[in-house]
Amino acid sequence: MRVGLFVTCVNDTLRPSTGRAVVTLLERLGVRVDFPTAQSCCGQPLYNTGYRHGAEPLLLRTAAAFADHEYVVTPSASCAAMVRDAYPRIAARAAAEGRPGEAARLRAAAERLVPRTYELTEFLVDVLGVVDVGARFPHTVTYHPTCHGLRALGLRDRPRRLLEHVEGLELRELEGADECCGFGGTFAVKNAAVSAAMGADKARAITRTGAAAVCAADNSCLLHIGGTLAREDSPVRTLHLAEILACTDGVVP
Amino acid sequence: MSRTYLGMPAFPRAAAESTRDGTLRANLRHATHTIRAKRAAAVAELEDWERLRAAGAAVKDRTLHHLDHYLPLLEENVTRAGGTVHWAADADEANRIVTDLVRATGEREVVKVKSMVTQETGLNAALEEAGIRAYETDLAELIVQLGDDLPSHILVPAIHRGRREIRDVFRDRMADWGRPAPEGLTDRPADLAEAARLHLREKFLRCKVGISGANFMVAETGTLVVVESEGNGRMCLTLPETLISVVGIEKTVPTWRDLEIYLQLLPRSSTAERMNPYTSMWTGTTDEDGPRDFHLVLLDNGRTDTLADEVGRQALRCIRCSACLNVCPVYERAGGHAYGSPYPGPIGAILTPQLRGLASPLEESLPFASSLCGACYEVCPVAIDIPEVLVHLRERVVEGGPVTVGGNRTVIRPAKRHALERAAMRAAGWAFDHPAALRRAQRLAARTRRVHPRRLPGPGRAWSDTRELPEVPEESFRDWWARTRGERP
Ligand code: SF4
Repeated sequence: MRVGLFVTCVNDTLRPSTGRAVVTLLERLGVRVDFPTAQSCCGQPLYNTGYRHGAEPLLLRTAAAFADHEYVVTPSASCAAMVRDAYPRIAARAAAEGRPGEAARLRAAAERLVPRTYELTEFLVDVLGVVDVGARFPHTVTYHPTCHGLRALGLRDRPRRLLEHVEGLELRELEGADECCGFGGTFAVKNAAVSAAMGADKARAITRTGAAAVCAADNSCLLHIGGTLAREDSPVRTLHLAEILACTDGVVP
Repeated sequence: MSRTYLGMPAFPRAAAESTRDGTLRANLRHATHTIRAKRAAAVAELEDWERLRAAGAAVKDRTLHHLDHYLPLLEENVTRAGGTVHWAADADEANRIVTDLVRATGEREVVKVKSMVTQETGLNAALEEAGIRAYETDLAELIVQLGDDLPSHILVPAIHRGRREIRDVFRDRMADWGRPAPEGLTDRPADLAEAARLHLREKFLRCKVGISGANFMVAETGTLVVVESEGNGRMCLTLPETLISVVGIEKTVPTWRDLEIYLQLLPRSSTAERMNPYTSMWTGTTDEDGPRDFHLVLLDNGRTDTLADEVGRQALRCIRCSACLNVCPVYERAGGHAYGSPYPGPIGAILTPQLRGLASPLEESLPFASSLCGACYEVCPVAIDIPEVLVHLRERVVEGGPVTVGGNRTVIRPAKRHALERAAMRAAGWAFDHPAALRRAQRLAARTRRVHPRRLPGPGRAWSDTRELPEVPEESFRDWWARTRGERP
């Protein structure tokens, strides 16, 4: 089975440890992982801020980079949601704008890419059919189901089932788990006060769990949450779910 | 004097202020979280909720698509039943029509049923200018009116007020508007309700003109429907001699059967009730029963322009249940006033910029007043994809594009204040499309990581004032892959 890892620009640049963890994890499960270097960003920062046209070349680039892979796996719920929800929409909007040539290219690219694209936990549970990935992580952990994972992708209990099968891991309930952490891409700076207030509430709920770490399926939310926790001198550290699932020796990577 | 939303600052500034107000945040948090949980329970009772929701969206879409058929049908049936139909292109025209109608009765006072659309047109202020006093009779609207305040929620306009504040408003202000509050009024909800009841009763019995909106208008019979919880609406709709209803054209449904869908969707979504306590329906006038004169003012005020936008038009499905406000984490912190219109929260963020156009910095800022968390879409009983419309409107702001204003299609230019961001986005888009350049930038950042500041100057402060900056790793994933897997990047 040949899987193309869509690591995403945020992980590539700021959290390479997550990408490395996905490679470790998938290879341990017998998957051949490939990293096509033509990939970059899914275009979400542009698209969500209103620069749909600027996202078009990135749609084409992403689809082309993964043209040969049976599966495209990404450790980011929001980038997976971008591909699944926004890519077809971008093509449809181009058609509605009266740009049939571009629309056809965009639609073809989206149609090829969308059905092969999986968020990491979807790939593990739905495609590989595993919930016990052989991980050991003897620490208390709480899980923040990010908005795109929860509502756009509908990951439901997949991440939780994976975590429950990690040896030694104690899962702590997070109060108000389904509430947004306040990141929201450019929202974090355009409406900094509200974003920070949401982040502070989330950070407080996380700290109250008493867990050693908070994990999620999306590092962009974790950068915001982690930045808030650090500013408030909270002892809780942030970890991508993949980093926990990759861990077999119990040591935080 | 009634306050208006004119000249409100853009969302981020207003929201930053209200976010600092601890009492407001506590009030809003308590109120929205309580109703949130109740709504979820009420909705979970119905097995076919998703199908009802799809039907609610489909019927509205179809009706909106054929308004040119249903509105004349509605007019015909209202007229046949003894009512008079007026058409208002905008808020001023609607206000003028209503003012003239009240003047023609010779009355100087009216009682009002809670209505969003007359908030939208600023009817009370217009009546006041013409020397006509409008009395709000919904409890929360009464609190807002007595307090010379602005509504901050669709269903509970005084949601930002606590019990004690309400007691103070009643005690200090009721006398200016009629019967004073009872001596020694406490802040017990039952006492407050009783004070309002006594204050309002004399108005119900005295006023000869009632003004309402409507939740639905049934085209096949010309029937109007108002749903409410307090019974004040029923009083205003039945006791006066003249009834004037101002209704947005999007409130039309074709048949009574269609009501079946909405009378299930609306109460469960708004008050978490299986059925709302009062559902009033009337068709024109009836001899010796209820108002002798009935006028329906059909309001456009930006609705047909909104209808012309194929992504944005879904906002017109809205049945004003306020479920999206109650789940919105931004609304919960910013409060309703920051949205600068009677329509706050997620629906306001997509409706106001469309009804008014991207007319000022406030309207331009509203599509950005969301983290796109999607909670609003999840609860919306008519499945309005609010995040989709927000992103679409953001595009109109930053890129410009085609819009319809006053029935004419034009192309608007990108908003000026986004020039810097546009340049940055263009640069980012370019770098993302040239991975070699991206790689050089990553390496530069890695090499200089020891000297990165902990706090950023300028616009970056918006991040680093409250959050640590992420540390730049020594090696990007790309470089690690190339180094360990020996593949040429
Ligand atoms: S947008 Fe939907 S959830 Fe919000 S008030 Fe309207 S109908 Fe209710």
